[in-house]
Amino acid sequence: MSRQPARWSGPPPSWFQSGLTLLGSTVLLFVLAPLLAMVLDTSAPELSQALADRELTDSIRLTLGTALAATLVCSLGGVPLAWLLARKRFPGRALLLAVIDLPVIIPHSAAGLAVLTVIGRHSLAGRVLGDSLLGTPAGIAAAMAFVSIPFLVDAAREAFEGVPERLERVARTLGASPARVFFTVSLPMAWRGILSGMVLMWARGISEFGAVVIVAYHPMTTPVLVFQRFNDYGLDRARSAAVLLVLVCVTIFVGLRLLAGRTREGARHA
Amino acid sequence: MLEVRGLTVRLGGFSLEDLSLKVRAGEYFVLLGPSGVGKTVLLEAIAGLIQADEGGILWSGRDLTADPPERRRFAMVYQDYALFPHMDAAANIGYGLGARGVPRRAASDRVIKTARRLGIETLLSRKVGQLSGGERQRVALARALVTEPRALLLDEPLSALDEVFRAQLRGELKRIQQESGAAFLHVTHDQEEAMALGDRIGVMLDGGLRQVGTPEELFHRPTDREVVRFLGMRNVLAARYEREGVCSSCGMEIQAAGAEPSTRHVWVRPEEVLLSLKPFDSSARNQLAGRVVEWRQSGSLLEVCLAAGSLELTALITYASFKELGLTAGQEVYATFKISAVHCF
Repeated sequence: MSRQPARWSGPPPSWFQSGLTLLGSTVLLFVLAPLLAMVLDTSAPELSQALADRELTDSIRLTLGTALAATLVCSLGGVPLAWLLARKRFPGRALLLAVIDLPVIIPHSAAGLAVLTVIGRHSLAGRVLGDSLLGTPAGIAAAMAFVSIPFLVDAAREAFEGVPERLERVARTLGASPARVFFTVSLPMAWRGILSGMVLMWARGISEFGAVVIVAYHPMTTPVLVFQRFNDYGLDRARSAAVLLVLVCVTIFVGLRLLAGRTREGARHA
Repeated sequence: MLEVRGLTVRLGGFSLEDLSLKVRAGEYFVLLGPSGVGKTVLLEAIAGLIQADEGGILWSGRDLTADPPERRRFAMVYQDYALFPHMDAAANIGYGLGARGVPRRAASDRVIKTARRLGIETLLSRKVGQLSGGERQRVALARALVTEPRALLLDEPLSALDEVFRAQLRGELKRIQQESGAAFLHVTHDQEEAMALGDRIGVMLDGGLRQVGTPEELFHRPTDREVVRFLGMRNVLAARYEREGVCSSCGMEIQAAGAEPSTRHVWVRPEEVLLSLKPFDSSARNQLAGRVVEWRQSGSLLEVCLAAGSLELTALITYASFKELGLTAGQEVYATFKISAVHCF
């Protein structure tokens, strides 16, 4: 498989195609314009001030850290679940697929309340821990995990489905145990899809506001901080915080994309 | 010896019922049948990849039915070869050795030895994507053989290759099997392939295994009509090698490019046989004089049976030609066919 050259293929563009392009560009503009405007409206001094703002930088660190922890911990169970969903046919599988996607469709404030009833002081988890997870990084991570785990499980499931089952079968006949097949064939072939699912889950966790604000107003994650500053001080103070988080996230994700893209290129030439 | 005893597998709308089969150690056994009769299912059941609903799989009398695939030591080779795309050829070949806990040094020695035997030692560092179809097939074979399996299960191993190449690799497959001494159980829908490779052939039709025998037994003593119809084979003649390019059958000389000292049969497709009332000059090298014995309908065509001495030959012609030639029983005719129409095995 070779990458398509980056130019029009097929016949020259028709009026229909031009129309589609125009419509498509409108959507693109709708996404890009607010982001660009916000970034461009923020002056360099404002940004450097934001960088020196301990409350803000701490919140960014907290946000990235809790979302990453949520992703890593959930991967331990989410990746095996994805493999089961991809490979096994069992009664209730369709229901399970729907349940996994529930967090995506329920309002995130409701998701926050749901998480709260499980990790609050009077919940089972609260009693076991002797204290509530409310207002702790662990509570924040739980709220983030709840709303973002579908991204990981779905991406990983698709990645496993993309591994030809014959490869796993052949490996078994060559003497490999199911566990060995998983670690030497399924996982190495699906890791790129799994990684992209993890990145998606991480990104979704970082951006979560609704569920997090119910479980923990303090310590403040950056989305909560942006909201609080907007409420208390108005647009200007909130914007520099928002812009800083956006820049940090974009840098990280573009970096990861490039990394994944490069290894994909490598694999393609393989 | 591999023994399949009363195997029944039911999968959705498909089933194998009460199938029994024996493959001797070191034997090349070909399962021949049209697609969709469950040949692949049978292989996968033998490998342990599909569970048997009834019956069992035995090796030298020991019941393996409860063993998982990794303990049965029947290595599978699929039609598309199923090489691991994230590994190079050497890692592919060595995969089974790693899985069986062979130390790295010994494993690498065995990989090189096997690769050399298959003539692919120069390909070891190649990625799977850089291998041609034939090279992939050899890597897949090496990957299976290096583990010294009790039996190799090959699922249409030649059908992904183009025709010219197929004939060449077919011969090689036989050589590899003889050298390795492993039993090969090879599944195909291709009769020529089955005849060329099989020490014994099992014909599998809808509903199971119909007949098992040497190619000779199969074509001379088919046990039921469906086998005959499936084989669709007339003109399989017992033959003897005479000299370079020439065989004889029932005292008649037949020119055949593929004639070898090991040739036991020649086969001419009935549609390749031309009939004429008089001998005629043409580029075809084989022309036998005979008499019409009988004829019968075969689809929209007629099968005309001739006797040339004690040699029986069938020609497939149209009804129009039959009328034009005005053929009648006992009439003298000439049967003409090209050297390239004569298949030797």
